[in-house]
Amino acid sequence: MLLSGYDPVLYSRILTSVTLGFHIIFATIGVGVPLMIALAEWIGIKRDDPHYLLLARRWARGFVITVAVGVVTGTAIGLQLSLLWPSFMRVAGQSIALPLFMETFAFFFEAIFLGIYLYTWDRFKNRMVHFWLLVPVVIGSSASAFFITVVNAFMNAPAGVTVQDGKIVDIAPFAAMLSPAMPTKVTHVLITAYLTCAFVLAAISAWSLLKGRNHVYYKKALKLTMVSAFVFILASALIGDLSGKYLAKYQPEKLAAIEWHFETTTQAPLVFGGILTEDNEIKFGLKIPFALSILAHGNPNAEVIGLNDIPADEHPPLWIHYLFDTKMAFVVMMTIIATAFMLFLWRKRAAAYTSKWLLRAIIVAAPLAMLTIEHGWIFAEVGRQPWILRGIMRTSEGATVSNHVDSMLILFTLLYIVLGITAVRVLTRMFRSNSAEDEMADRLILGGEDK
Amino acid sequence: MSYEVLGITVLWVFLFGYLIVASIDFGAGFFSFYSSITGKRHLIHNIIERYLSPVWEVTNVFLVFFFVGIVGFFPDTAYYYGTALLVPGSIAIILLAIRGAYYAFNSYGTRSKTIYMFLYGASGLLIPASLSTVLTISEGGYIEVDSGGKVTFLFSKLFTSTYSWTVVLLAIVSVLYISAMFLAYYADRAKDRNAFEVVRKYALVWSGPTILSSLLVFFAIRNHNPEHFEQMLNLAWMFVASFICFLIAVYLVWSKKRLGLSFLFVMLQFGFAFFGLVPDICLMFCIRI
Repeated sequence: MLLSGYDPVLYSRILTSVTLGFHIIFATIGVGVPLMIALAEWIGIKRDDPHYLLLARRWARGFVITVAVGVVTGTAIGLQLSLLWPSFMRVAGQSIALPLFMETFAFFFEAIFLGIYLYTWDRFKNRMVHFWLLVPVVIGSSASAFFITVVNAFMNAPAGVTVQDGKIVDIAPFAAMLSPAMPTKVTHVLITAYLTCAFVLAAISAWSLLKGRNHVYYKKALKLTMVSAFVFILASALIGDLSGKYLAKYQPEKLAAIEWHFETTTQAPLVFGGILTEDNEIKFGLKIPFALSILAHGNPNAEVIGLNDIPADEHPPLWIHYLFDTKMAFVVMMTIIATAFMLFLWRKRAAAYTSKWLLRAIIVAAPLAMLTIEHGWIFAEVGRQPWILRGIMRTSEGATVSNHVDSMLILFTLLYIVLGITAVRVLTRMFRSNSAEDEMADRLILGGEDK
Repeated sequence: MSYEVLGITVLWVFLFGYLIVASIDFGAGFFSFYSSITGKRHLIHNIIERYLSPVWEVTNVFLVFFFVGIVGFFPDTAYYYGTALLVPGSIAIILLAIRGAYYAFNSYGTRSKTIYMFLYGASGLLIPASLSTVLTISEGGYIEVDSGGKVTFLFSKLFTSTYSWTVVLLAIVSVLYISAMFLAYYADRAKDRNAFEVVRKYALVWSGPTILSSLLVFFAIRNHNPEHFEQMLNLAWMFVASFICFLIAVYLVWSKKRLGLSFLFVMLQFGFAFFGLVPDICLMFCIRI
């Protein structure tokens, strides 16, 4: 006990969020970037275009550094589950062991092929062989995300188990993986990871173009990443809508808390923004009639369950409304930026790569995308409170009772700061000391001028 | 086969797999750093890099498999370990993180830095030391459960116990021994004579301390947990077998013959000893409180 007012539950929650908040950045990169590398390499081979191949090569080089941080922080959260939440693991361990095991196995599969892929550039006569080595990496990394999200889905909507006196009996491991939360959660996590990586890689190209490095290499990179981002943002909008319908059906308290929906009503309006007064009155909010009913059930006349139908001690914290609305604002901004790029590309192609404002906006979109991931994840977790395992176990019952969680929080925070700073320094040094132009000259890649 | 026996067998395989792969990995990291400060890095750098690059991520996987296995098969044991091991477990995680990350920064980054090499070389030796506390705790006497069911880990007792320090010593020495024995085999396969001479010397140097520290652990267990010591004596043949495997392995490396076979005997040596240490059916998973 280092700090006064010590509460192991609170510190366990903070430490878990610090670990996940840091890990999720690298996990997202880990899931999305392999897909972008695969796209670049595939286009490069099909069009016999060395620029795309160089792009894949350079992305892969940076990717390894982020994977390393992702692996070690992933190991940390894997073990922290048992160290910080031993009572939760005692109750839920057997039900989530299968997806946890599969997640580790998927990573194992990915790591092996990534190792081979990195060391076999230019080794094969048929370049497609090298491309096929990347496919297991893409599958493995997405499968890792799939299985770990399955665990989270189980926490939100436990399935495949029978509960007796607060203990889980009769576990059907496969049914436990098929929680009703699973389909929407898994697809949302995967698509938004792809989206975020497309934006992050686009921002790097936009940065170079903004600095006046107008090699066609950067333009190809920007086009590939931004077109991908546009496709992924459409897909994630669709899935976001399905997620709302899932919540209305299976976790109405979460939806009600997100939308500050206090009374069960039909033709429910949606409140955007606003602030909540002490006695739960909404001020300055933008009310959109029927919108919540449409969001929840696809029908303006549908009934949406309000917080009045949920026992008071099971209400999620109401501040998640701010998180959710901030997240939605970010989504709108990203949609505008991606659409603007597509319009430029369609109407005035040259300006898509030269417009200073567009390039700046694309650079801003990358941190926005990452913040959206963080916001979405935090509101998904906080929105499940007070439950760690919805309907079965409360978060306060799941935590450790150890006296040292606060000291561990300090140690881990320091670790993440050091790892974060070193990773950024190693990455910037890597790309500064060996610019794309130098590398093209070294590899005798021709064609620098705009076509 | 009952659920428990199946579980223990699976966990045993993961833990033994981790023991071997991680030892090779941690030792190689240390030798890499050690050789760079003694100016022999150019001799063994190649084989260590060739081995380390593909495996470091896989090593972590074995450890996570093991923990997921405990959670899945023995949730109650996971509960006691989880509660008791917050501090040593967290320290082990931090060391693992430093090691994994700085290895990658050093070998995939633009240039190699001595500080990065030091971080991953040194953390590699501290990880087995901190993980070995899991084995120590399984001998009992370090966890207290009060009438309210609150689990407390008795730090001071662990830090002042001879037994726990002998285990730490054995863990570090074994890591260096296993790793050097493997690298000798690997260098020989790669037909790298210069590297082979260097790592063969490491292997022979660390073989003696391995056996000495094993003996120390024996005596320490006799004092710490006489009952367990009696059980181990019933399985004395396993320790004899382990010792014979050790002699064969070291002889083969000393005479520079059949190095693949030699490493197989190293694995058997640790297989026999490890299995002999945890004789009854509940192995280390029924904590003796």
